[in-house]
Amino acid sequence: MHAEWEIVGKEGLIFFGKMSASISHEIKNILAIINENAGLLNDFTIMAEKGVPIAPERLKTISTKIAEQVKRADLIVKNMNLFAHSVDEQIQTITLHDLIEVVIKLSLRFAANRGVHLSQQPAVSPVHITSAPFLLQNLIWLCLDKTMDQVGIKKTVSIIAKSVHNGVMIKFAYAGTIGEKSVTFPSEQTAALLMLLKAELEINDEAGELILHLPASLVA
Amino acid sequence: MKILLVDDEYELVSTLAERLSIRGIDADWATSGKDALAKLAETNYDLAVLDIKMPKLSGLELRKQIQTIQPNMRYIFMTGHGSAEDFFSASSEEGADAYLVKPVNIDDLITKIHESLARQALGASGPIEQ
Repeated sequence: MHAEWEIVGKEGLIFFGKMSASISHEIKNILAIINENAGLLNDFTIMAEKGVPIAPERLKTISTKIAEQVKRADLIVKNMNLFAHSVDEQIQTITLHDLIEVVIKLSLRFAANRGVHLSQQPAVSPVHITSAPFLLQNLIWLCLDKTMDQVGIKKTVSIIAKSVHNGVMIKFAYAGTIGEKSVTFPSEQTAALLMLLKAELEINDEAGELILHLPASLVA
Repeated sequence: MKILLVDDEYELVSTLAERLSIRGIDADWATSGKDALAKLAETNYDLAVLDIKMPKLSGLELRKQIQTIQPNMRYIFMTGHGSAEDFFSASSEEGADAYLVKPVNIDDLITKIHESLARQALGASGPIEQ
């Protein structure tokens, strides 16, 4: 068990760093857009001072664009905050749909880079799980990362979480092939997370699905 | 002088192009490597300003493809990261004259554009300057 904690501790930092870098990149882009729109507003002001007529509609468009980017940044920071607080307590009772949503939103840039669309199917009823949220996010990310790499021609990874008789399952439908005897997956890191979360991984290449089976409570 | 701006952020690249146009610089823009290559097939540009991190086709990969279409073009790279890795990747690119970190200052960009085109006129190549 000690060896597994060592692996997930080190790799967890890599996961945290990867997500933080992606978030900072997004925020930089938003700042750049706000910077250009503020600059354009300044350009129009200088032009107006020189007697060039500026249509009020143009100014309204710029202020709308700035407001949209502020809203975009706010959502990113909100997800970043949820992600950061996932380490507050090692074990927490959480709504699985919300946790998956955070991982999906944090992964959108990685998905866009591969031309992959990510979606989560709505839960029929809320699925609660008592688990280690940070480790679970790390595990979901590793599964997403793998399925995005192996995605089929539809270029979509669809995730659904539901309660089953002996716990909880998270299904990643990617319509691709991993190879049930893949030498690279599950990796050492994934295997360590599976062990610590008392989870099992099922790869169904025929259906193009990867399924995580988790206990409803890690402390039970 | 005709330049092409390429960045996957539509709001950024379109506004930057408009601000350059206000300053008398003829600037087209594209939001992907694919769009950029389509524009390059129809129009000759003197310089391209490329975002390094773009989905599917990165700025560095795009430059390699542009090189086969318009071999004399100059390049300015921009990125949100500002990491040493990005700098060294960009600075080793042939024809790369500058590397700017977002948010970009428009006056700095214009200075780099003029410097780059002056180098082009002199037929200069070599390491980029910061």
